[in-house]
Amino acid sequence: MLRQFAKPTLACALLLPWAWLAYAIYLETQQTGSGLGADPVEGLLHYLGEWGMIVLLCAFSVTPLSRRLSWPWLIRSRRMVGLFAFALVAVHAAVFAVFYAQLKWQILLQEVTERPYITLGMASLVILSLLALTSTRNWQRRLGSTWKRLHRWVYLAVPLALLHLLWLRKDGYEDLVVYTLWATVLGAERLYAWRVQQARAVITSS
Amino acid sequence: MLIRKPDRILGSEITPETVYYNRRQFMAASSAGLASLALPTIAKAGLQEDDEITPEEIVTQYNNFYEFGTDKSDPAAYAHEMTTDPWSVTVSGEANKTGTFAFEDIIKGLDVEERVYRFRCVEAWSMVVPWMGIPLKDVLAQFEPTGNAKFVEFETLYRPSEMRGQQGFFSSIDWPYIEGLRMDEATHPLTLMVTGLYGKELPNQNGAPWRLMVPWKYGFKSIKSIVSIRFTEREPLNTWKQLQASEYGFYANVNPAVSHPRWSQASERRLPSSLFNVNRRPTLPFNGYADEVAHLYAGMDLRKYY
Repeated sequence: MLRQFAKPTLACALLLPWAWLAYAIYLETQQTGSGLGADPVEGLLHYLGEWGMIVLLCAFSVTPLSRRLSWPWLIRSRRMVGLFAFALVAVHAAVFAVFYAQLKWQILLQEVTERPYITLGMASLVILSLLALTSTRNWQRRLGSTWKRLHRWVYLAVPLALLHLLWLRKDGYEDLVVYTLWATVLGAERLYAWRVQQARAVITSS
Repeated sequence: MLIRKPDRILGSEITPETVYYNRRQFMAASSAGLASLALPTIAKAGLQEDDEITPEEIVTQYNNFYEFGTDKSDPAAYAHEMTTDPWSVTVSGEANKTGTFAFEDIIKGLDVEERVYRFRCVEAWSMVVPWMGIPLKDVLAQFEPTGNAKFVEFETLYRPSEMRGQQGFFSSIDWPYIEGLRMDEATHPLTLMVTGLYGKELPNQNGAPWRLMVPWKYGFKSIKSIVSIRFTEREPLNTWKQLQASEYGFYANVNPAVSHPRWSQASERRLPSSLFNVNRRPTLPFNGYADEVAHLYAGMDLRKYY
């Protein structure tokens, strides 16, 4: 049961942030400020950034969860969750390029080079784009063992995204504390799993 | 014992609300712009021809008042928990008349004026607001500051039981909020102690019962819900400068040429702004008040004293 319905259920859940956004934009077309707040451009940017962070952490959670719960089939949903995270982050960056940099590459370049938090966010986006691009089965086959190494770059993309948020925040770090703890637990689980695997390798080889 | 307090002067008693709406229509209709308005010069100084008054619901529901939370909607949601009556203000430092005064007694007998000012936040959004208030110089004069008073420092109420943002464990702000002005800035005719907006009493989320309004500076200088006025010889350390001196200075004059590390200050989003019309406009030096205030900073390197 769980096994069969996991992926469609997850997909529905992951569509919720988009459904809410569509509704908010509909409200905006009716009356400015009614869906995304008095500064809708800022509201849109932050909404996408916040959910991008959350869904990225969800994607980062799939492997440890499948390991801890002994649900190997959960891995089959990992790419989908990752792509949902990428979509949010990519649109987040697009909103910045359109509404803030006003689609002028000079402004965009200046923002990326002058503001460290944008530099970090952009670096995270570049990594996630590469991962999204090479997420297909075809690329997986083509890259062979390199694929796994490439996709370990998510270990950099997550902290970069956290730093991006930390750096731009003026005060009020509640959500950031939750995200950081979440990412740390996941990182620790991976480290632990790796150590166990190493120990096993030593035992079997001796 | 029952002490009867004098009624607070409501902004609406001084200027009927209809006057605003008439003027608003006038502003929208007038092709000659604001120069033709029959308002005292000071009330329209700095306003540009295409400036339109921001809707009241935006001004009262989109606020930065971290004492109630960091979200822009937090102040409107939680500021009603703050008691503003009774309200006392402590006056101290380099002045002849110091002590603790009832708010009503301080403003009693002072004329409340109406001023339409441009308001520019350091976060690159802006508004145009019809404030009601008393020129700060008239407020300060009654305390008779001495020759040693070079600066004036203000403090916001610190009352965590009524200001939930001050209870926050994950906040790095050292409450109470502090701001300050140089004496010549404080006594400039544009500098206003605000007690109302849109012809009404000042809502809590906008800094009731009174807040500062310095139209040529970024919004964070215009401290809200003031309980302390201190005349000092030395430059006060304002809260944001204390928190991040590389980003926030003491002067904080609106300046499109000096970029904030987090935001470009070259342009601003004028509210109301929408996804379909961002309403972006270039930011003006001193927020459009250069003619009135630039002389205060003659000879100063404004890149250094940001």
